[in-house]
Amino acid sequence: MNAKGTVFRYGDNIDTDVIIPARYLNTQNAQELASHCMEDIDKTFVQRVKPGDIMVGGENFGCGSSREHAPLAIKASGISCVIAKSFARIFYRNAINIGLPILECPAASEAIREGDVVSVDFDTGVITDETTGRQFEAAPFPPFIQKIIQAGGLMASLKEKA
Amino acid sequence: MGMTMTQKILAAHCGEASVKAGQLINADLDVVLGNDITTPVAINEFEKAGFTSVYDNKKINIVLDHFVPNKDIKSAQQSKRCRDFADKYNILNFFDVGRMGIEHALLPEQGIVTAGDCIIGADSHTCTYGAVGAFSTGVGSTDMAAGMASGKAWFKVPAAIKVELKGRLHPPVAGKDVILHLIGEIGVSGALYKSLEFVGEGVRSLTMEDRLCICNMAIEAGAKNGIFPVDETCEAYLKARSQRPWKAYAADPDAEYERTVVIDLDALEPTVSYPHLPENTHPARDGKNIKIDQVVIGSCTNGRIEDMEAAYNILKGKKIAKGVRGIIIPATMAVYRECIVRGYTTAFVDAGCIVSTPTCGPCLGGYMGILAEGERCVSTTNRNFVGRMGHVDSEVYLASPATAAASALTGYITDPRDV
Repeated sequence: MNAKGTVFRYGDNIDTDVIIPARYLNTQNAQELASHCMEDIDKTFVQRVKPGDIMVGGENFGCGSSREHAPLAIKASGISCVIAKSFARIFYRNAINIGLPILECPAASEAIREGDVVSVDFDTGVITDETTGRQFEAAPFPPFIQKIIQAGGLMASLKEKA
Repeated sequence: MGMTMTQKILAAHCGEASVKAGQLINADLDVVLGNDITTPVAINEFEKAGFTSVYDNKKINIVLDHFVPNKDIKSAQQSKRCRDFADKYNILNFFDVGRMGIEHALLPEQGIVTAGDCIIGADSHTCTYGAVGAFSTGVGSTDMAAGMASGKAWFKVPAAIKVELKGRLHPPVAGKDVILHLIGEIGVSGALYKSLEFVGEGVRSLTMEDRLCICNMAIEAGAKNGIFPVDETCEAYLKARSQRPWKAYAADPDAEYERTVVIDLDALEPTVSYPHLPENTHPARDGKNIKIDQVVIGSCTNGRIEDMEAAYNILKGKKIAKGVRGIIIPATMAVYRECIVRGYTTAFVDAGCIVSTPTCGPCLGGYMGILAEGERCVSTTNRNFVGRMGHVDSEVYLASPATAAASALTGYITDPRDV
Protein backbone atom coordinates (compact mmCIF):
# COMPACT_ATOMS: atom_id res chain seq x y z
CA MET A 1 0.00 0.00 0.00
CA ASN A 2 1.28 3.43 -0.95
CA ALA A 3 0.29 7.06 -0.62
CA LYS A 4 1.43 10.15 -2.47
CA GLY A 5 0.38 13.75 -2.12
CA THR A 6 1.12 17.34 -1.24
CA VAL A 7 2.05 18.15 2.36
CA PHE A 8 0.09 20.28 4.82
CA ARG A 9 2.51 21.00 7.64
CA TYR A 10 1.56 21.98 11.19
CA GLY A 11 3.53 22.41 14.42
CA ASP A 12 3.79 20.71 17.81
CA ASN A 13 0.84 19.78 20.05
CA ILE A 14 -1.84 19.93 17.35
CA ASP A 15 -4.86 19.22 19.56
CA THR A 16 -8.15 17.56 18.76
CA ASP A 17 -10.00 20.83 19.42
CA VAL A 18 -8.34 22.42 16.41
CA ILE A 19 -8.60 19.27 14.30
CA ILE A 20 -12.36 19.27 14.88
CA PRO A 21 -13.84 21.88 17.25
CA ALA A 22 -16.38 20.56 19.77
CA ARG A 23 -19.06 22.87 18.40
CA TYR A 24 -19.34 20.37 15.51
CA LEU A 25 -19.47 17.24 17.70
CA ASN A 26 -23.25 17.11 17.45
CA THR A 27 -22.81 15.02 14.31
CA GLN A 28 -21.09 11.72 13.53
CA ASN A 29 -21.21 12.26 9.75
CA ALA A 30 -17.61 12.02 8.54
CA GLN A 31 -18.10 14.30 5.52
CA GLU A 32 -19.75 16.98 7.66
CA LEU A 33 -16.92 16.73 10.20
CA ALA A 34 -14.36 16.96 7.38
CA SER A 35 -15.91 20.22 6.16
CA HIS A 36 -14.69 21.85 9.41
CA CYS A 37 -11.37 20.03 9.76
CA MET A 38 -8.50 22.27 11.01
CA GLU A 39 -10.59 25.43 10.56
CA ASP A 40 -9.51 27.10 13.81
CA ILE A 41 -5.83 27.12 12.78
CA ASP A 42 -6.07 26.91 8.97
CA LYS A 43 -9.23 28.27 7.41
CA THR A 44 -8.14 27.33 3.87
CA PHE A 45 -7.27 23.66 4.59
CA VAL A 46 -10.64 22.28 3.52
CA GLN A 47 -10.61 24.26 0.28
CA ARG A 48 -7.05 23.27 -0.63
CA VAL A 49 -6.85 19.61 0.42
CA LYS A 50 -7.01 17.01 -2.37
CA PRO A 51 -7.52 13.26 -2.04
CA GLY A 52 -4.21 11.61 -1.21
CA ASP A 53 -2.59 14.64 0.41
CA ILE A 54 -0.41 14.14 3.47
CA MET A 55 -0.44 15.87 6.85
CA VAL A 56 2.80 16.39 8.78
CA GLY A 57 2.88 17.39 12.44
CA GLY A 58 5.48 17.84 15.18
CA GLU A 59 5.40 16.41 18.70
CA ASN A 60 2.31 15.11 20.47
CA PHE A 61 0.03 15.26 17.41
CA GLY A 62 -3.64 14.77 18.30
CA CYS A 63 -3.35 15.63 21.99
CA GLY A 64 -6.42 16.42 24.07
CA SER A 65 -9.80 14.84 23.73
CA SER A 66 -10.51 11.18 22.93
CA ARG A 67 -12.89 12.19 20.14
CA GLU A 68 -12.60 9.70 17.30
CA HIS A 69 -14.20 12.45 15.25
CA ALA A 70 -10.66 13.91 14.88
CA PRO A 71 -9.06 11.09 12.86
CA LEU A 72 -12.43 10.55 11.13
CA ALA A 73 -12.45 14.20 9.99
CA ILE A 74 -8.85 14.02 8.77
CA LYS A 75 -9.50 10.76 6.90
CA ALA A 76 -12.72 12.02 5.30
CA SER A 77 -11.01 15.25 4.21
CA GLY A 78 -8.94 13.12 1.84
CA ILE A 79 -5.68 12.98 3.81
CA SER A 80 -4.02 9.64 3.09
CA CYS A 81 -1.50 9.60 5.91
CA VAL A 82 -0.30 11.60 8.93
CA ILE A 83 3.42 11.77 9.70
CA ALA A 84 4.55 13.23 13.04
CA LYS A 85 7.43 13.29 15.47
CA SER A 86 5.13 11.69 18.05
CA PHE A 87 1.41 11.10 18.51
CA ALA A 88 -0.78 11.54 21.58
CA ARG A 89 -1.71 8.02 22.65
CA ILE A 90 -5.50 8.11 22.26
CA PHE A 91 -5.20 9.64 18.79
CA TYR A 92 -2.67 6.90 17.92
CA ARG A 93 -5.11 4.14 18.98
CA ASN A 94 -8.05 5.80 17.25
CA ALA A 95 -6.19 6.23 13.96
CA ILE A 96 -5.21 2.54 13.94
CA ASN A 97 -8.70 1.45 14.98
CA ILE A 98 -10.42 3.38 12.17
CA GLY A 99 -7.79 2.74 9.49
CA LEU A 100 -6.14 6.16 9.12
CA PRO A 101 -2.47 5.42 8.36
CA ILE A 102 -0.06 7.22 10.70
CA LEU A 103 3.72 7.13 10.84
CA GLU A 104 6.00 8.21 13.67
CA CYS A 105 9.19 9.63 12.14
CA PRO A 106 11.01 12.54 13.85
CA ALA A 107 13.48 13.08 10.98
CA ALA A 108 10.72 13.32 8.35
CA SER A 109 8.64 15.54 10.61
CA GLU A 110 11.52 18.01 10.87
CA ALA A 111 12.72 17.97 7.26
CA ILE A 112 9.53 17.91 5.21
CA ARG A 113 8.20 21.36 4.27
CA GLU A 114 4.74 22.69 3.55
CA GLY A 115 3.83 22.03 -0.10
CA ASP A 116 6.44 19.29 -0.71
CA VAL A 117 5.24 16.26 -2.63
CA VAL A 118 5.78 13.17 -0.48
CA SER A 119 5.26 9.48 -1.11
CA VAL A 120 4.95 6.76 1.52
CA ASP A 121 5.41 3.01 1.24
CA PHE A 122 3.47 1.54 4.15
CA ASP A 123 4.96 -1.93 3.79
CA THR A 124 8.52 -0.74 4.28
CA GLY A 125 7.84 2.46 6.26
CA VAL A 126 9.95 4.42 3.74
CA ILE A 127 8.93 8.07 3.33
CA THR A 128 10.26 9.89 0.25
CA ASP A 129 10.20 13.67 -0.10
CA GLU A 130 10.03 13.83 -3.88
CA THR A 131 10.53 17.60 -3.88
CA THR A 132 13.90 17.37 -2.13
CA GLY A 133 14.78 13.76 -2.93
CA ARG A 134 15.37 12.91 0.74
CA GLN A 135 14.29 9.57 2.20
CA PHE A 136 13.29 8.68 5.74
CA GLU A 137 12.39 5.47 7.51
CA ALA A 138 9.52 5.33 9.98
CA ALA A 139 9.47 2.85 12.84
CA PRO A 140 7.39 -0.17 11.76
CA PHE A 141 4.25 -1.11 13.69
CA PRO A 142 4.54 -4.05 16.11
CA PRO A 143 3.07 -7.27 14.60
CA PHE A 144 0.09 -7.08 17.00
CA ILE A 145 -0.93 -3.72 15.53
CA GLN A 146 -0.11 -4.77 11.96
CA LYS A 147 -2.71 -7.54 12.39
CA ILE A 148 -5.38 -4.98 13.34
CA ILE A 149 -4.49 -2.84 10.33
CA GLN A 150 -4.45 -5.83 7.96
CA ALA A 151 -7.85 -6.95 9.20
CA GLY A 152 -9.22 -3.48 8.33
CA GLY A 153 -9.49 -2.03 11.82
CA LEU A 154 -10.19 -3.18 15.37
CA MET A 155 -13.82 -4.26 14.94
CA ALA A 156 -13.01 -6.30 11.84
CA SER A 157 -10.12 -7.99 13.66
CA LEU A 158 -12.42 -8.78 16.60
CA LYS A 159 -14.94 -10.36 14.21
CA GLU A 160 -12.17 -12.46 12.64
CA LYS A 161 -11.30 -13.89 16.05
CA ALA A 162 -14.94 -14.58 16.97
CA MET B 1 12.16 -6.95 38.32
CA GLY B 2 9.44 -5.30 40.36
CA MET B 3 6.26 -3.81 38.97
CA THR B 4 4.60 -0.42 39.35
CA MET B 5 1.03 -0.13 40.69
CA THR B 6 -0.23 0.17 37.14
CA GLN B 7 1.74 -2.85 35.92
CA LYS B 8 0.42 -5.00 38.79
CA ILE B 9 -3.19 -4.18 37.94
CA LEU B 10 -2.60 -4.89 34.25
CA ALA B 11 -0.86 -8.20 35.02
CA ALA B 12 -3.82 -9.27 37.15
CA HIS B 13 -6.19 -8.47 34.29
CA CYS B 14 -4.38 -10.42 31.57
CA GLY B 15 -3.65 -13.57 33.55
CA GLU B 16 0.11 -13.00 33.75
CA ALA B 17 2.24 -13.27 36.89
CA SER B 18 4.14 -10.22 35.72
CA VAL B 19 4.27 -7.76 32.84
CA LYS B 20 6.91 -5.26 31.80
CA ALA B 21 6.91 -1.88 30.08
CA GLY B 22 6.42 -2.14 26.33
CA GLN B 23 4.66 -5.52 26.42
CA LEU B 24 1.40 -5.73 24.43
CA ILE B 25 -1.45 -7.35 26.34
CA ASN B 26 -5.15 -8.03 25.97
CA ALA B 27 -6.76 -7.14 29.31
CA ASP B 28 -10.14 -7.95 30.89
CA LEU B 29 -12.21 -4.87 31.63
CA ASP B 30 -14.19 -4.19 34.81
CA VAL B 31 -15.82 -1.02 33.49
CA VAL B 32 -16.49 0.34 29.98
CA LEU B 33 -17.70 3.95 29.71
CA GLY B 34 -19.01 6.32 27.06
CA ASN B 35 -20.82 9.66 26.87
CA ASP B 36 -23.34 11.33 24.55
CA ILE B 37 -20.60 12.43 22.11
CA THR B 38 -18.53 9.25 21.91
CA THR B 39 -21.16 6.53 22.43
CA PRO B 40 -23.12 7.18 19.18
CA VAL B 41 -19.90 6.62 17.20
CA ALA B 42 -19.27 3.43 19.23
CA ILE B 43 -22.81 2.23 18.55
CA ASN B 44 -22.22 2.74 14.80
CA GLU B 45 -19.08 0.60 14.98
CA PHE B 46 -20.76 -2.03 17.18
CA GLU B 47 -23.65 -2.40 14.75
CA LYS B 48 -21.55 -2.12 11.58
CA ALA B 49 -19.45 -5.07 12.79
CA GLY B 50 -22.65 -7.07 13.27
CA PHE B 51 -22.58 -7.58 17.04
CA THR B 52 -25.97 -8.39 18.59
CA SER B 53 -25.08 -8.66 22.27
CA VAL B 54 -22.91 -6.93 24.87
CA TYR B 55 -20.42 -8.85 27.01
CA ASP B 56 -21.94 -7.75 30.31
CA ASN B 57 -24.79 -5.25 30.70
CA LYS B 58 -23.69 -4.48 34.29
CA LYS B 59 -20.20 -3.34 33.33
CA ILE B 60 -21.14 -0.89 30.59
CA ASN B 61 -21.82 2.72 31.59
CA ILE B 62 -23.39 5.32 29.33
CA VAL B 63 -23.60 8.83 30.74
CA LEU B 64 -25.30 11.69 28.89
CA ASP B 65 -23.29 14.68 30.08
CA HIS B 66 -21.65 16.75 27.35
CA PHE B 67 -24.63 18.44 25.69
CA VAL B 68 -27.53 17.75 28.10
CA PRO B 69 -30.20 18.89 28.64
CA ASN B 70 -29.77 18.83 24.87
CA LYS B 71 -28.61 22.09 23.35
CA ASP B 72 -29.97 21.51 19.85
CA ILE B 73 -31.76 19.01 17.63
CA LYS B 74 -28.60 17.22 16.54
CA SER B 75 -27.42 16.62 20.10
CA ALA B 76 -30.94 15.48 21.01
CA GLN B 77 -30.70 12.90 18.21
CA GLN B 78 -27.37 11.71 19.61
CA SER B 79 -28.80 11.35 23.13
CA LYS B 80 -31.76 9.44 21.71
CA ARG B 81 -29.39 7.05 19.96
CA CYS B 82 -27.69 6.32 23.31
CA ARG B 83 -31.06 5.93 25.07
CA ASP B 84 -32.36 3.48 22.46
CA PHE B 85 -29.17 1.43 22.65
CA ALA B 86 -29.29 1.36 26.47
CA ASP B 87 -32.92 0.17 26.29
CA LYS B 88 -32.22 -2.48 23.68
CA TYR B 89 -29.27 -4.02 25.56
CA ASN B 90 -30.62 -3.34 29.06
CA ILE B 91 -27.58 -1.27 30.07
CA LEU B 92 -28.09 -0.91 33.84
CA ASN B 93 -25.79 2.07 34.36
CA PHE B 94 -27.41 4.40 31.88
CA PHE B 95 -27.57 7.94 33.25
CA ASP B 96 -30.02 10.35 31.65
CA VAL B 97 -31.12 13.88 32.64
CA GLY B 98 -32.24 13.86 36.30
CA ARG B 99 -29.88 11.02 37.25
CA MET B 100 -26.81 12.04 35.32
CA GLY B 101 -23.72 13.88 36.38
CA ILE B 102 -20.48 14.62 34.61
CA GLU B 103 -19.19 11.08 34.07
CA HIS B 104 -15.89 11.36 35.96
CA ALA B 105 -17.54 12.94 38.97
CA LEU B 106 -20.48 10.52 38.85
CA LEU B 107 -18.77 7.12 38.60
CA PRO B 108 -16.53 7.50 41.69
CA GLU B 109 -19.37 9.16 43.65
CA GLN B 110 -21.69 6.23 42.89
CA GLY B 111 -19.01 3.66 43.73
CA ILE B 112 -19.13 2.21 40.20
CA VAL B 113 -15.34 2.38 39.88
CA THR B 114 -13.16 0.95 42.61
CA ALA B 115 -9.60 0.06 43.58
CA GLY B 116 -7.83 -2.54 41.45
CA ASP B 117 -10.21 -2.12 38.49
CA CYS B 118 -9.12 -2.07 34.86
CA ILE B 119 -11.23 0.59 33.13
CA ILE B 120 -11.58 2.13 29.70
CA GLY B 121 -13.74 5.09 28.80
CA ALA B 122 -14.38 6.81 25.50
CA ASP B 123 -13.41 10.12 27.05
CA SER B 124 -9.86 11.30 27.60
CA HIS B 125 -10.46 12.23 31.24
CA THR B 126 -11.26 8.62 32.16
CA CYS B 127 -7.81 8.68 33.79
CA THR B 128 -9.59 10.35 36.78
CA TYR B 129 -10.27 6.97 38.47
CA GLY B 130 -6.61 6.39 39.26
CA ALA B 131 -7.47 8.40 42.37
CA VAL B 132 -9.27 5.34 43.78
CA GLY B 133 -6.36 3.04 42.91
CA ALA B 134 -7.68 1.79 39.57
CA PHE B 135 -5.95 1.50 36.21
CA SER B 136 -8.14 3.72 34.09
CA THR B 137 -7.51 5.27 30.72
CA GLY B 138 -9.21 7.15 27.92
CA VAL B 139 -9.76 5.51 24.55
CA GLY B 140 -11.78 6.22 21.42
CA SER B 141 -15.22 5.11 20.34
CA THR B 142 -14.05 2.03 18.42
CA ASP B 143 -12.21 0.79 21.51
CA MET B 144 -15.43 1.36 23.46
CA ALA B 145 -17.36 -0.66 20.87
CA ALA B 146 -14.83 -3.48 21.07
CA GLY B 147 -14.95 -3.29 24.88
CA MET B 148 -18.77 -3.51 24.88
CA ALA B 149 -18.66 -6.52 22.58
CA SER B 150 -15.75 -8.46 24.06
CA GLY B 151 -15.02 -7.07 27.54
CA LYS B 152 -11.40 -6.66 26.56
CA ALA B 153 -8.98 -4.00 25.34
CA TRP B 154 -5.42 -4.11 24.06
CA PHE B 155 -2.76 -2.11 25.87
CA LYS B 156 0.92 -1.52 25.64
CA VAL B 157 2.12 -1.81 29.25
CA PRO B 158 3.32 1.67 30.17
CA ALA B 159 6.60 2.73 31.71
CA ALA B 160 6.16 5.11 34.62
CA ILE B 161 7.16 8.43 36.11
CA LYS B 162 7.19 8.68 39.91
CA VAL B 163 5.78 11.91 41.30
CA GLU B 164 6.92 12.26 44.88
CA LEU B 165 4.83 14.65 46.95
CA LYS B 166 6.68 16.18 49.91
CA GLY B 167 5.32 18.23 52.79
CA ARG B 168 1.60 18.96 52.91
CA LEU B 169 -0.98 20.98 51.03
CA HIS B 170 -2.02 24.31 52.55
CA PRO B 171 -5.53 25.41 51.55
CA PRO B 172 -6.60 27.38 49.58
CA VAL B 173 -3.82 25.74 47.55
CA ALA B 174 -5.53 22.63 46.16
CA GLY B 175 -5.14 19.53 44.01
CA LYS B 176 -5.63 21.67 40.90
CA ASP B 177 -2.52 23.67 41.77
CA VAL B 178 -0.55 20.42 42.20
CA ILE B 179 -1.45 19.10 38.75
CA LEU B 180 -1.07 22.45 36.96
CA HIS B 181 2.36 22.83 38.58
CA LEU B 182 3.35 19.31 37.50
CA ILE B 183 2.24 19.90 33.89
CA GLY B 184 4.18 23.16 33.93
CA GLU B 185 7.27 21.21 35.05
CA ILE B 186 7.13 18.27 32.63
CA GLY B 187 5.13 19.75 29.72
CA VAL B 188 2.06 18.59 27.81
CA SER B 189 3.94 15.62 26.34
CA GLY B 190 6.13 15.05 29.40
CA ALA B 191 4.43 11.78 30.32
CA LEU B 192 3.45 10.64 26.80
CA TYR B 193 2.37 6.95 26.84
CA LYS B 194 3.45 6.65 30.51
CA SER B 195 1.88 6.26 33.95
CA LEU B 196 2.12 9.02 36.50
CA GLU B 197 2.35 7.33 39.92
CA PHE B 198 1.85 9.69 42.85
CA VAL B 199 3.61 8.70 46.08
CA GLY B 200 5.19 10.20 49.17
CA GLU B 201 4.28 11.62 52.56
CA GLY B 202 2.36 14.48 50.93
CA VAL B 203 -0.33 12.10 49.63
CA ARG B 204 -1.79 11.99 53.15
CA SER B 205 -2.66 15.69 53.05
CA LEU B 206 -4.69 15.32 49.83
CA THR B 207 -8.45 14.82 49.99
CA MET B 208 -10.11 12.43 47.54
CA GLU B 209 -11.34 15.48 45.60
CA ASP B 210 -7.72 16.66 45.28
CA ARG B 211 -6.64 13.24 44.03
CA LEU B 212 -9.52 12.94 41.56
CA CYS B 213 -8.63 16.37 40.17
CA ILE B 214 -4.93 15.48 39.90
CA CYS B 215 -5.53 12.16 38.10
CA ASN B 216 -8.16 13.84 35.89
CA MET B 217 -5.51 16.03 34.27
CA ALA B 218 -2.82 13.32 33.89
CA ILE B 219 -3.88 13.24 30.22
CA GLU B 220 -2.87 16.91 29.94
CA ALA B 221 0.73 15.76 30.44
CA GLY B 222 0.15 13.10 27.76
CA ALA B 223 -0.04 10.30 30.34
CA LYS B 224 -1.84 7.01 29.81
CA ASN B 225 -2.99 7.05 33.41
CA GLY B 226 -2.40 8.64 36.77
CA ILE B 227 -2.67 6.62 39.97
CA PHE B 228 -2.57 7.04 43.75
CA PRO B 229 -1.89 4.35 46.35
CA VAL B 230 -4.91 3.13 48.33
CA ASP B 231 -4.41 4.63 51.80
CA GLU B 232 -6.73 5.22 54.76
CA THR B 233 -8.38 8.24 53.13
CA CYS B 234 -9.10 6.24 49.99
CA GLU B 235 -10.37 3.22 51.92
CA ALA B 236 -12.77 5.38 53.91
CA TYR B 237 -14.05 6.84 50.62
CA LEU B 238 -14.51 3.38 49.08
CA LYS B 239 -16.15 1.92 52.21
CA ALA B 240 -18.85 4.55 51.96
CA ARG B 241 -19.70 3.85 48.32
CA SER B 242 -17.95 1.03 46.44
CA GLN B 243 -20.55 -1.27 44.88
CA ARG B 244 -18.05 -4.15 44.69
CA PRO B 245 -15.21 -5.60 46.78
CA TRP B 246 -11.91 -3.97 45.86
CA LYS B 247 -8.25 -4.83 45.79
CA ALA B 248 -5.45 -2.46 46.72
CA TYR B 249 -2.23 -2.82 44.73
CA ALA B 250 1.07 -1.35 45.91
CA ALA B 251 4.16 -0.83 43.77
CA ASP B 252 7.05 -3.21 44.41
CA PRO B 253 10.01 -1.63 46.25
CA ASP B 254 12.18 -2.31 43.18
CA ALA B 255 9.65 -1.10 40.60
CA GLU B 256 11.30 0.75 37.76
CA TYR B 257 10.56 4.42 37.13
CA GLU B 258 11.97 6.33 34.16
CA ARG B 259 12.33 9.43 36.28
CA THR B 260 11.21 10.96 39.56
CA VAL B 261 9.66 14.40 39.86
CA VAL B 262 9.55 15.89 43.35
CA ILE B 263 6.90 18.43 44.30
CA ASP B 264 7.22 20.34 47.57
CA LEU B 265 3.60 20.90 48.60
CA ASP B 266 4.64 23.34 51.35
CA ALA B 267 6.06 25.69 48.72
CA LEU B 268 3.22 25.34 46.20
CA GLU B 269 1.33 28.49 45.21
CA PRO B 270 -2.04 29.06 43.56
CA THR B 271 -1.21 28.40 39.92
CA VAL B 272 -2.82 29.47 36.63
CA SER B 273 -2.27 28.03 33.13
CA TYR B 274 -2.33 30.77 30.52
CA PRO B 275 -3.50 30.22 26.94
CA HIS B 276 -3.10 28.10 24.89
CA LEU B 277 -1.51 25.10 26.59
CA PRO B 278 -1.93 23.70 30.13
CA GLU B 279 1.89 23.71 30.52
CA ASN B 280 1.96 27.52 30.33
CA THR B 281 1.80 27.97 34.11
CA HIS B 282 2.26 31.13 36.19
CA PRO B 283 1.68 32.03 39.86
CA ALA B 284 -1.85 33.44 40.23
CA ARG B 285 -0.34 36.59 41.79
CA ASP B 286 1.42 37.45 38.52
CA GLY B 287 -1.93 37.72 36.72
CA LYS B 288 -3.33 40.70 38.59
CA ASN B 289 -3.33 42.93 35.49
CA ILE B 290 -5.20 40.41 33.35
CA LYS B 291 -8.82 41.53 33.10
CA ILE B 292 -11.44 38.83 32.69
CA ASP B 293 -14.99 38.58 31.31
CA GLN B 294 -16.16 35.25 32.67
CA VAL B 295 -15.52 32.66 35.35
CA VAL B 296 -16.55 29.00 35.08
CA ILE B 297 -16.48 26.78 38.18
CA GLY B 298 -17.35 23.16 37.45
CA SER B 299 -16.40 20.26 35.11
CA CYS B 300 -15.08 16.73 35.67
CA THR B 301 -11.93 18.38 37.01
CA ASN B 302 -13.45 20.67 39.67
CA GLY B 303 -17.22 20.24 40.00
CA ARG B 304 -17.30 18.20 43.23
CA ILE B 305 -18.76 19.32 46.56
CA GLU B 306 -15.39 20.34 47.98
CA ASP B 307 -14.85 22.54 44.90
CA MET B 308 -18.24 24.15 45.48
CA GLU B 309 -17.29 24.67 49.11
CA ALA B 310 -14.02 26.38 48.11
CA ALA B 311 -15.98 28.73 45.83
CA TYR B 312 -18.61 29.33 48.53
CA ASN B 313 -15.98 30.23 51.14
CA ILE B 314 -14.78 33.05 48.89
CA LEU B 315 -18.08 34.22 47.34
CA LYS B 316 -20.42 34.13 50.36
CA GLY B 317 -21.74 37.55 51.30
CA LYS B 318 -19.89 39.23 48.42
CA LYS B 319 -20.66 40.37 44.86
CA ILE B 320 -18.69 39.37 41.79
CA ALA B 321 -17.14 42.26 39.83
CA LYS B 322 -19.27 44.27 37.41
CA GLY B 323 -18.75 42.97 33.89
CA VAL B 324 -17.88 39.43 34.99
CA ARG B 325 -20.25 36.56 34.24
CA GLY B 326 -20.06 33.88 36.94
CA ILE B 327 -21.12 30.39 35.85
CA ILE B 328 -21.18 27.64 38.46
CA ILE B 329 -21.93 24.05 37.46
CA PRO B 330 -22.12 21.36 40.16
CA ALA B 331 -20.92 18.18 38.47
CA THR B 332 -23.57 15.69 39.61
CA MET B 333 -27.17 15.80 40.81
CA ALA B 334 -25.96 14.84 44.31
CA VAL B 335 -23.55 17.79 44.33
CA TYR B 336 -26.29 20.03 42.90
CA ARG B 337 -28.67 18.96 45.67
CA GLU B 338 -26.03 19.34 48.38
CA CYS B 339 -25.32 22.91 47.19
CA ILE B 340 -28.99 23.70 47.76
CA VAL B 341 -29.09 22.00 51.19
CA ARG B 342 -25.93 23.78 52.40
CA GLY B 343 -27.10 27.18 51.14
CA TYR B 344 -24.32 27.49 48.56
CA THR B 345 -26.77 27.97 45.69
CA THR B 346 -28.39 30.97 47.42
CA ALA B 347 -24.98 32.45 48.18
CA PHE B 348 -23.83 31.99 44.56
CA VAL B 349 -26.97 33.63 43.17
CA ASP B 350 -26.73 36.46 45.72
CA ALA B 351 -23.13 37.00 44.62
CA GLY B 352 -24.37 37.48 41.05
CA CYS B 353 -23.57 34.04 39.62
CA ILE B 354 -25.77 31.55 37.79
CA VAL B 355 -25.98 27.91 38.84
CA SER B 356 -26.57 25.32 36.12
CA THR B 357 -27.58 21.68 36.33
CA PRO B 358 -24.68 19.29 35.60
CA THR B 359 -23.19 19.51 32.09
CA CYS B 360 -19.76 19.60 30.45
CA GLY B 361 -21.22 22.56 28.50
CA PRO B 362 -18.69 25.39 28.31
CA CYS B 363 -15.56 23.33 29.08
CA LEU B 364 -15.39 22.09 25.52
CA GLY B 365 -17.14 25.07 23.97
CA GLY B 366 -20.45 23.25 23.70
CA TYR B 367 -22.86 25.77 25.23
CA MET B 368 -23.73 27.47 28.57
CA GLY B 369 -20.97 30.08 28.45
CA ILE B 370 -19.36 30.39 25.01
CA LEU B 371 -16.81 33.20 24.67
CA ALA B 372 -16.85 35.99 22.07
CA GLU B 373 -13.81 37.30 20.19
CA GLY B 374 -11.21 38.74 22.56
CA GLU B 375 -12.92 37.56 25.75
CA ARG B 376 -11.08 35.96 28.65
CA CYS B 377 -12.32 33.33 31.08
CA VAL B 378 -10.80 31.96 34.28
CA SER B 379 -12.02 28.39 34.36
CA THR B 380 -11.64 25.39 36.64
CA THR B 381 -11.80 23.11 33.58
CA ASN B 382 -8.91 21.19 32.06
CA ARG B 383 -7.97 22.59 28.64
CA ASN B 384 -7.14 26.03 27.28
CA PHE B 385 -6.45 25.18 23.63
CA VAL B 386 -7.20 27.64 20.82
CA GLY B 387 -10.98 28.01 20.49
CA ARG B 388 -11.67 25.55 23.32
CA MET B 389 -14.45 27.64 24.93
CA GLY B 390 -15.62 29.59 21.90
CA HIS B 391 -14.16 32.09 19.45
CA VAL B 392 -10.65 31.27 18.19
CA ASP B 393 -9.50 34.63 19.56
CA SER B 394 -10.89 34.03 23.06
CA GLU B 395 -8.70 32.94 25.97
CA VAL B 396 -9.07 30.38 28.78
CA TYR B 397 -7.00 30.56 31.98
CA LEU B 398 -7.07 27.31 33.98
CA ALA B 399 -7.18 27.59 37.77
CA SER B 400 -8.54 26.08 41.00
CA PRO B 401 -12.07 26.87 42.25
CA ALA B 402 -10.61 29.20 44.92
CA THR B 403 -8.57 31.14 42.37
CA ALA B 404 -11.53 31.28 39.96
CA ALA B 405 -13.87 32.56 42.70
CA ALA B 406 -11.33 35.16 43.86
CA SER B 407 -10.89 36.31 40.25
CA ALA B 408 -14.67 36.65 39.87
CA LEU B 409 -14.70 39.08 42.82
CA THR B 410 -12.00 41.38 41.47
CA GLY B 411 -12.49 41.01 37.70
CA TYR B 412 -8.78 40.20 37.33
CA ILE B 413 -6.78 37.02 37.86
CA THR B 414 -6.42 36.91 41.63
CA ASP B 415 -4.62 34.80 44.22
CA PRO B 416 -7.32 33.49 46.62
CA ARG B 417 -5.08 34.41 49.57
CA ASP B 418 -5.44 38.07 48.58
CA VAL B 419 -9.22 38.42 48.94
